[in-house]
Amino acid sequence: MYLFDAAITPPLDLILGVVLFWLLIGMAGVARSRSLRFVSRVLFPMGAAGSLVLAAAALYAIGAPTAVRVLPLGLPDLPFHLRLDALSAFFIVLVGVVSLGVSLFSAGYFRRGEGATPGLLCLQYHVFLSSMVMVMLADDAYLFMVAWETMALSSYFLVTTSHRIAEIRRAGFLYLLIAHIGAIALLLCFGVMHGAGGDYSFDALRASELPVFWASTAFLLALFGFGAKAGLLPLHAWLPEAHPAAPSPVSALMSGVMLKTAVYGFLRVTFDLLPTQIWWWGVATLIMGLLTALFGVMFAAVQSDMKRLLAYSSIENIGVIFAGAGLAIIFHAYNNPHLAALALVATLYHCLNHAFFKSLLFLGTGSVLHATHERSLGKLGGLIRNMPWVAGLSLVGALAIAGLPPLNGFVSEWLLLQAFLFSPGLPNPYLNMLVPLGSAALVLAAALSGYVMVKFYGVIFLGQYREEKMRTARDAGAWERVALAWFAAGCIGLGLFPMAIILLLDHVTLPLVNFTLSAAISGNHWLLFAPVAAERASYGPLLFLLGITGTLLVTFLTVRAFYHGRIKRGAVWDCGFPEQTSRMQDTAEGFGQPITQIFEPFFKVRRRMPDPFSSHPVYEKSNEDKLWFWLYLPIARANERISSWIGILQHGRIHLYLLYSFVTLLALLLFVH
Amino acid sequence: MSAQLINLMASLMLLIAFAMLAQRRIRSLIYLFAWQGAVLAVNSVIVAWYTGHGELYLSAFFTVLLKVIALPLVLHYLIRKLDIQWDVETLINIPTTMLAGIVLVVFAFNLALPISQLAGTITRGTLGIAIAVVLLAFLMMITRRKAVPQVIGFLAMENGLFFAATSATYGMPMVVELGILLDVMVGILILGIFFFQVREAFDSLDLKHMEKLKESGE
Repeated sequence: MYLFDAAITPPLDLILGVVLFWLLIGMAGVARSRSLRFVSRVLFPMGAAGSLVLAAAALYAIGAPTAVRVLPLGLPDLPFHLRLDALSAFFIVLVGVVSLGVSLFSAGYFRRGEGATPGLLCLQYHVFLSSMVMVMLADDAYLFMVAWETMALSSYFLVTTSHRIAEIRRAGFLYLLIAHIGAIALLLCFGVMHGAGGDYSFDALRASELPVFWASTAFLLALFGFGAKAGLLPLHAWLPEAHPAAPSPVSALMSGVMLKTAVYGFLRVTFDLLPTQIWWWGVATLIMGLLTALFGVMFAAVQSDMKRLLAYSSIENIGVIFAGAGLAIIFHAYNNPHLAALALVATLYHCLNHAFFKSLLFLGTGSVLHATHERSLGKLGGLIRNMPWVAGLSLVGALAIAGLPPLNGFVSEWLLLQAFLFSPGLPNPYLNMLVPLGSAALVLAAALSGYVMVKFYGVIFLGQYREEKMRTARDAGAWERVALAWFAAGCIGLGLFPMAIILLLDHVTLPLVNFTLSAAISGNHWLLFAPVAAERASYGPLLFLLGITGTLLVTFLTVRAFYHGRIKRGAVWDCGFPEQTSRMQDTAEGFGQPITQIFEPFFKVRRRMPDPFSSHPVYEKSNEDKLWFWLYLPIARANERISSWIGILQHGRIHLYLLYSFVTLLALLLFVH
Repeated sequence: MSAQLINLMASLMLLIAFAMLAQRRIRSLIYLFAWQGAVLAVNSVIVAWYTGHGELYLSAFFTVLLKVIALPLVLHYLIRKLDIQWDVETLINIPTTMLAGIVLVVFAFNLALPISQLAGTITRGTLGIAIAVVLLAFLMMITRRKAVPQVIGFLAMENGLFFAATSATYGMPMVVELGILLDVMVGILILGIFFFQVREAFDSLDLKHMEKLKESGE
């Protein structure tokens, strides 16, 4: 009966069909759980085909009118409400395009004997994908929380794929713990928004008249809850633990898509469900975002495990995204729809970009890991010779994440900076002082992320082999190459055609902030793109590309014309060092040393100097997170202490337990009396 | 006349409750329990006769069947089988327990005073006694060291609840009453099996052996 009373629209049907298809694939995987060949050569490519359909349907739905649907599932009086509007469609596109690449990569990635059986992995993987889509589609708090928790649990099992290793179990536990703390905050948030009346459908939440105090409470709970999933500052601790523990496709999916579900939820609650926006909400989000960005990039610079490095880099990017969201809230609260739309577009654009380049890099580390069985940067090096495909495609990702034009990372960061720099004119003088400071912090983070990427790419792929076994490393297989190429093409395409993306994003921002950038950019020349006004700032990615390729070509031809055939090969001057070994090249730790020196107060640095008389001198240094010692450990200890106090109650003597009931009964009787 | 009879029954209930609290032998404890059931049944009949509630006859019948005949037989069988007809060991000595019992009775009467004033039933004066019987049975459960007296305490508590229901509202609905009786029967069955298992595991029915079952945290 529920099935037929809502308008039936093809995109929503297609998306639901893909979700069902994925679940069936997962079941099929369990049915033939031990057959690696069947799972990886048949099921994962089928899943990728599903992703393609999903992405296409959602892309179509961005411009289409909102579709709603009630599913006859769930509890008797609580059916699942679904709704596909532009915002959810955009994020479903993101799920589709990333999972397309990751599924293709997984088809060639998983090996035998790595923890869970292939079929189980296949089930968890596809349940994870489906639950993320359901999070985006949910139109009531009940389905949202069910999908949200399914997502957390399925990703937990994916993280702990190699569950025989104690480290990985520990990382998984930390992840699950923080995910649940966040989920509790979200439950409370929905409870606060619900107030007293109505049901838990988002329509009812939108309609509820919240006093300012309770709206702010709901907002702060949402910031905390979604921040825990995204990795905002005090709750970031799970990211650098869980990402190295998870298999690389899972890391790619978690970093590329799952963190974005938190962004989606945050935008949904802040811009859609809550009736108003208050300026200090934006300030809080902006400050948290900037702190997170700086923190993440600083820690990324000093890591010596390649996946931890990328995890910290994800923290940085999430910080940038939340900073953009905060800026959008500020502008929206001050009734400046143009800049709010600009900041929001930059935020969403960065979500998409980060999904592409971070997935690319995580998958690239997966290929390196399989080729060398080594995660530590101190042992890699020189892989560009053995793995030209992975090295070349990862280079695109590294350049994009560093924010170099004409790739995609530049566009979103540039847009965000535009939003920052046009902000003077806010009716609040303190904010006018704060926001330029914020833009400076953003620029610092962007610059440092360039530094981080030089380190990441240089240490892994360039230079000499640091270990002998690097010589035997082999390049990735065809499936993996296709997946990497897909993401690299995405990085380039998103960078070259910003206008098309922004026209698409307009459908998303219009209902949220009542403004479209297309009006502002419609007068632009088709090559130049100016989001605010042509005389202030504009950017032509194609011109830029032409410039770069032209310069390169001219230089190449000139050099060739002058020097070709005249090169004399001889021994290099060895600077007085007749022997050059790979141990002499710059290491990851050495490269990060300046950052450690400059930002030393932010790290907890432990150094162990070698004994001057030791025949085998060892130098050890570790950079640890101060928040871990200041925040997490005290809370854990306090928790243990309270538990042991409560444990005193548990004597094991039945008489005492009876006495507890008796005293409680008497007390209650007395109270009622 | 009826009111006086009911009051007589109520005081008998209280007397038996105190006797159970003071009793050291398990065998006598079971006799006392059976007597308490009998008094309860008589009380139900009197109330039924006076008020014309036909259901209460049925309830009295079941009380006799279960609490005067069946359960005492089962308990006698149990203590014979388990060979535990020895003295009851108490955690607190008897006089102290009795003093605590008196305090509880005062508390119960104090508690029942406002409710009795509101109630319009003929039995309203006995509500305080009913609560006192419940609390005394609970006290017995707390102060006994062995498992069987605790079970008898539990059953006596159920008697008290029954009595309270009769005195406050002329008995619970029949469905509830039957449900409770069934619960008690099943409970006895499980506890009977449980006794054998406990003795098997610990060679004794002393509950202090079960203290080591808790999570070791010391």
